[in-house]
Amino acid sequence: MGQTITEKIFAAHVRDTPTPDNMVIDIDVIMCHEITTPIAIMDLVDKGMDRVIDPDRIKAVIDHVTPPKDSKTATQAKIMRDWARRHKIKDFFDIGQNGVCHALFPEKGFIRPGNTVIMGDSHTCTHGAFGAFAAGVGTTDLEVGILKGVCAFRKPESMKIEVTGNLPSGVYAKDIILHIIKTLTVNGATDLVIEFCGPVVDGMNMSSRMTLCNMSVEAGATSGLCLPDRVTAEYLWPFIQEDYDSVDQAAEDYKKWHSDPDATYAKTLTIDVSDLEPQVTHQYKPDQVKDITELAGTTIDQVYIGSCTNGRIEDIREAASILKGRKVAGTVRGILTPATPAIYSQALEEGLIKIFMDAGFCVLNPTCGACLGMSSGVLAEGESCASTTNRNFNGRMGKGGMVHLMSPLSAAAAAVTGEITDPRPMMNA
Amino acid sequence: MKEFGGSAFFIDRDDINTDEIIPAKYLTEITKRALQPHLLEDLILNDKGFDTSAPDFQQAQVLVTRSNFGCGSSREHAVWALEVNDINVVIGTSFARIFRQNMFNCGILAIEVAPEDVEQLFALNGEVIIDIDLENDTVIAKSDTKTVKCSFSLNPFDKELVGAGGWLAYADQKY
Ligand code: SF4
Repeated sequence: MGQTITEKIFAAHVRDTPTPDNMVIDIDVIMCHEITTPIAIMDLVDKGMDRVIDPDRIKAVIDHVTPPKDSKTATQAKIMRDWARRHKIKDFFDIGQNGVCHALFPEKGFIRPGNTVIMGDSHTCTHGAFGAFAAGVGTTDLEVGILKGVCAFRKPESMKIEVTGNLPSGVYAKDIILHIIKTLTVNGATDLVIEFCGPVVDGMNMSSRMTLCNMSVEAGATSGLCLPDRVTAEYLWPFIQEDYDSVDQAAEDYKKWHSDPDATYAKTLTIDVSDLEPQVTHQYKPDQVKDITELAGTTIDQVYIGSCTNGRIEDIREAASILKGRKVAGTVRGILTPATPAIYSQALEEGLIKIFMDAGFCVLNPTCGACLGMSSGVLAEGESCASTTNRNFNGRMGKGGMVHLMSPLSAAAAAVTGEITDPRPMMNA
Repeated sequence: MKEFGGSAFFIDRDDINTDEIIPAKYLTEITKRALQPHLLEDLILNDKGFDTSAPDFQQAQVLVTRSNFGCGSSREHAVWALEVNDINVVIGTSFARIFRQNMFNCGILAIEVAPEDVEQLFALNGEVIIDIDLENDTVIAKSDTKTVKCSFSLNPFDKELVGAGGWLAYADQKY
């Protein structure tokens, strides 16, 4: 019987099958950040188990609150830093080199097709864009990962989502995934791995694929992934040159991870995006999504462009295309956080940072910052934010604040007008 | 095996996320105990905030809720916030995967029962005491006037984890 990509990856990594429904798999990449890892480190130290399975399989970053905002966050950073030094973890990224984990680690070429990845962070599914199985886990799973290099999952079942049609101008991966979450609801993919495929996904760059996979967890999915292809191989080329003669050869080899035509899926869904409008969330759940024209005119106090969902160079370019020659409305605070130093520096080189600053945006260093309401743009009670992030939960960006999730293009349009605005008429205008 | 159950508290809502269970601003704490006063502090119930000081909530050892409890962030702090408030069981129709695994990994119970059974539990009046019979996979809920029993099935591996006292202890022995 045919296998899905996820079944192939599990089969290649299986360590144990404690019951017919559960698998313990070897983990290739164990990623760590300073919010969920320090407590794991402290617990391992307490239990006399302060060891790591293999420092080269561990990738660590301080990204959520950086530079630290107070003594507590400074302590979390210090625990990570000391631990990385103690265990000679060479891929550890601190101030100057640090950025949002799910943007930084792909950029470093750490994730390859067929890999298994865990992190104490629910948006670890982002890395599925590379044809890897990447799942967010809790601190105990992370501890076991660090110590033993394994993690337990239920036998994986998949949902296939085929994206077809012609994506209209002004509509992006973010709009597609918001629309998908609305269709599936917040638990429509629980215990499933979403396989994004179809011509629209095949035509996407890695940045857009990461945006899609990033929000799989908002539909409850264990992970989301795309089949690795030439686009994947091209992105990874600087890191895989020694393994392959050419990009084509790599792309050919990656086909071994493709799902078989007769693979079994728990659910399938086809989405035609030809008539899709820009999408935006209302209320406090990521499946509460409407067409942007339905919410047009809703007042916005802050615009936040950044995060692991939409803080990459492609996103900044989109937003800048609207902001160029325009100004942020007097009632709005605009905040840009490029997701990594490389993205920041690329945006500087392309003159994009100047466009944002001329428009009246505040440009921050790479960090998660306001995305989780811990620093760098927390909302006051009753305020609302047009945000390119991934969660609109009550209190997410500050107690009593409302978050409207949208694409970078739509967020830039909101910055200019001070209200939720269809960005399409502002394009090339 | 450890005993599970106790006085029940009912939260009539779907999709309670981990940001509501423990807001991100407390993720800088490095002891579990520090989370204790903040459990469900940001919960919205019937469009209003939630009074965490209510005595029946303070005394609860079991939470009964609806579907998709624990969605959102992977933070195990959500489970620890329950633990340090002496809550050892959450019952609902479904859970988010990471939260559910975190519960079993910590050696406590996330129990899925059928929607009609949750309905029956919610219909109980007054003070409700819930016992979990892990031998027979049964929830036994008693109010002053009525007893409701409903069955559940626990993934055998998750049951083993609970028996072993959690995933770290299990994995350390086995791998
Ligand atoms: S940017 Fe936001 S969603 Fe992404 S890892 Fe950081 S806090 Fe989480």
